[in-house]
Amino acid sequence: MTTYVGKPVRRVEDHRFITGRGRYVDDIKLPGMVYAYIVRSPYAHAKIVSIDTSQASTAPGVIAVLTGKDLEADGIGGLPCGWQVNFRDGTQMKEPRHPVIAVDKVRHVGEPVAVIIAETREQAKDAAELLTIEYEELPAVVDPQKAVEDGAPLVHDDAPRNLAFDWEIGDKAKTEAAFQEADRIVELELENQRLVPNAIEPRAAIGDYNPGTDHTTLYTTSQNPHLIRLLLCAFVMGLPEHKVRVVSPDVGGGFGSKIFHYNEEVIVTWAARKLKRPVKWTAERSESFVSDRHGRDHRTKVQLALKNDGTFLGLKVQTYANLGAYLSTFAPAIPTYLYGTLLQGVYTTPAIYCEVYGVFTHTVPVDAYRGAGRPEATYLLERIVDLAARELNMDPADIRKKNFIPPFDGIEQPGYQTQVALQYDSGNYEAALNRLLEMANYSEWRRKQQELRSQGRYIGLGLAAYIEACGIAPSAVVGALGARAGLYDSATVRVHPTGKVSVYVGVHAHGQGHETTFAQIVADKLGIALEDVEIVHGDTAEIPFGMGTYGSRSLAVGGSAMVRALDKILEKATKIAAHLLEAPESDLEFREGKWYVKGTEKSISFPEVALAAYVPHNYPPDLEPGLEAESFYDPKNFTFPFGAHLAVVEVDPETGEVKLLDYYAVDDFGNVVNPLVVEGQVHGGIVQGVGQALYEEARYDENGQLLTGTFLEYAMPRADEFPMFKVDHTVTPCPHNPLGAKGAGETGTIAATAAVANAVADALQPFGVKHVPMPMTPQRVWTAIQASQQVS
Amino acid sequence: MGVPIKVTVNGRQYEAEVDPRMLLVHFLRDVLDLTGTHVGCDTSSCGACTVILNGKAVKSCTLLAVQADGAEILTVEGLEQNGKLHPIQEGFREEHGLQCGFCTPGMIMTAYDLLQRNPNPSEAEIRHALEGNFCRCTGYQNIVKAVQYAAAKMSS
Repeated sequence: MTTYVGKPVRRVEDHRFITGRGRYVDDIKLPGMVYAYIVRSPYAHAKIVSIDTSQASTAPGVIAVLTGKDLEADGIGGLPCGWQVNFRDGTQMKEPRHPVIAVDKVRHVGEPVAVIIAETREQAKDAAELLTIEYEELPAVVDPQKAVEDGAPLVHDDAPRNLAFDWEIGDKAKTEAAFQEADRIVELELENQRLVPNAIEPRAAIGDYNPGTDHTTLYTTSQNPHLIRLLLCAFVMGLPEHKVRVVSPDVGGGFGSKIFHYNEEVIVTWAARKLKRPVKWTAERSESFVSDRHGRDHRTKVQLALKNDGTFLGLKVQTYANLGAYLSTFAPAIPTYLYGTLLQGVYTTPAIYCEVYGVFTHTVPVDAYRGAGRPEATYLLERIVDLAARELNMDPADIRKKNFIPPFDGIEQPGYQTQVALQYDSGNYEAALNRLLEMANYSEWRRKQQELRSQGRYIGLGLAAYIEACGIAPSAVVGALGARAGLYDSATVRVHPTGKVSVYVGVHAHGQGHETTFAQIVADKLGIALEDVEIVHGDTAEIPFGMGTYGSRSLAVGGSAMVRALDKILEKATKIAAHLLEAPESDLEFREGKWYVKGTEKSISFPEVALAAYVPHNYPPDLEPGLEAESFYDPKNFTFPFGAHLAVVEVDPETGEVKLLDYYAVDDFGNVVNPLVVEGQVHGGIVQGVGQALYEEARYDENGQLLTGTFLEYAMPRADEFPMFKVDHTVTPCPHNPLGAKGAGETGTIAATAAVANAVADALQPFGVKHVPMPMTPQRVWTAIQASQQVS
Repeated sequence: MGVPIKVTVNGRQYEAEVDPRMLLVHFLRDVLDLTGTHVGCDTSSCGACTVILNGKAVKSCTLLAVQADGAEILTVEGLEQNGKLHPIQEGFREEHGLQCGFCTPGMIMTAYDLLQRNPNPSEAEIRHALEGNFCRCTGYQNIVKAVQYAAAKMSS
């Protein structure tokens, strides 16, 4: 029986946020703090001929003007990449130096060129006007397909054809053979456009140095403080890790963009140590646009071979992935191991082959953005499946059902071995789709669609059936795939003498609600009240070494670590209880926070046992005092959430405007700890996914200038563009972790983009439009209709 | 050269000398230490800095502190009365209208402005009122519900 788990418990963290008492990095003010302003390259590709700091240095309030040469002179290294993906022929990935501050060349607009530190933010910014930097502009390349052509400008001299790596997965010969036997081949060229994550809190960092103790503290807007500390200390600055503390306090959204080790984290840490004063940097939004790592940016050709009855026989995918100017922390993994490995989707396609070219361009580095590789895989898969259905005149729901992997629970039936390396843990894909069709009253929508068409109104229904891979693991396997980090997580449970509990977790919450959901698990497990539990995260001085939060891993990995630590607590506490109750452990039962001697009312409560652990006067002879336990949990496998979404849109053919009329989602996250929190994750993900389909695009001109560099040009989804979503769940527990949980953070972005793209194409079927590139703006939709009309 | 200003914020009077170019949001955050009001952009697009000035919602990144001279300002910190949450704050908690919390103060102040003008807004009116405030976490759905919760509670 549970008191809290599975219930829509209101979040304990909310009080500070709704009263304006959150503590984000930019809210922190330290005595003697000074401000850094970063001067960034206005060019996509240029030689730095000279930097004249003389005037800026003497401007009012200026304490220092620092350049890349100063940084190099102090022995500061480049930013490391955390994942190695080699060329197919075994050649090592090209990993050019990623300077913290550019020295002789700039390679994207927004790259740091100098840092001005002054008493106030305004003085630093004013002084930037007095800095004279002479550039010699060079030709730039922004398109990953053009970048690999002969004669394209090189981003790095030591990366021919601008390739960082090329990569393949699947069985090429088997796939070619499947294509030979096919009744038909459906193909599509598509672009998964570049996006800017745009967490509403801009990134910020404060370096603070104590010369007395030689301790350095970095406050940073990070999703993974320990990873930042490790990279900063061991790879970039050569600092002793035990003298460095990284704090990620309240963080205002991440969506992947706050995973990575950023230039500015090094800059403020270095400057604070150099100047012996706290140094703060806070991004302005237009600065975020050209310095936060971007997401997606694939050019892909996809081909599906199938029988005329709709059976899939083979899938071929070729992708050019734009990596930007440098390899960001996890960049190589996103278009490879988090993308190609998902191309099985939820279907039994017996032969799959995918090749990926990782390409440098003169653009902001690209890395994980909510979903990271999996939305890209789902988009192409679900688009091509819909096109196939259209060619065969089948309903999109029917073609999916025909090809679904049959149900398997991972216990009675084994996990499903895909053609692209992964083994799915458990799944019931048709059940999710059936629930969706029922909830949405799909057949009624289809009827209505026909009826409205005859009235000149164009409704489209778009399905997306998806699978996600979360909680990447185990460490040994990801290590073999090129990861330079482990992917376990950790928790320490500290029971205080009064029976109150602090839990220190290695994962980090920046909106996910761990302070509530993790506490729900603890309270149920120990039989105590929710308010007697506090979840602590985000400070390397307090928490055990953890890998942080991304890839929907917190509950499945970090939560499992916590459950293991709680088991250790209960094991020890039961020994103490047995001693105090003068009964063998086997005679005890623990329920609702008390140990009972079976068959009697004789009992002892959790707080009484906790007190005995710290005041061990009457205590088991060979047992250590205290009640604290730690666990590091390395999962046996990924977890694989799945589901099916339906978007209903109406397109106005006169204007090309797309209106989202209705949206239905059925997701399967395994066991759910807090349905309220999970639904919130789904809603947010859907809006981000729809944002990609309809509104958002980071667009560069051919010279490498970002044309959508503020919120005035980059269209963020707004409240008035959405209906109320209808969401539901099926539950297929994860068979290999103690919570049976799979992860819920990214499914919305994975499914919604494809669902909306399919819905728009469905609406435009009467016009003969097969595909509209994203974002499907009114202009693009209108143009697609016109182009198609001219052909017919 | 500082310019003297007098403002009333959350019922308390302040006098200060401010740089003429100082934005109101920086005055609130840096001078008065009211860090509940956030800065999310530099184009007056995101609404994270929304406060109530002389009874109306304004984006405090779009005003200079000197323009607020003589004004009465309400920020998110001033909503709670005698330890009791304002119904809008309560609505955000009850309906899970926030995740990371960064846009929340601006959303709450925009909702405050709406409910003052229109105590019983429709869903469409709520969505329209919130379209100048960005949220990247919630998908807006539970924010709309939070405002509906507050409207119901305030009119009962």
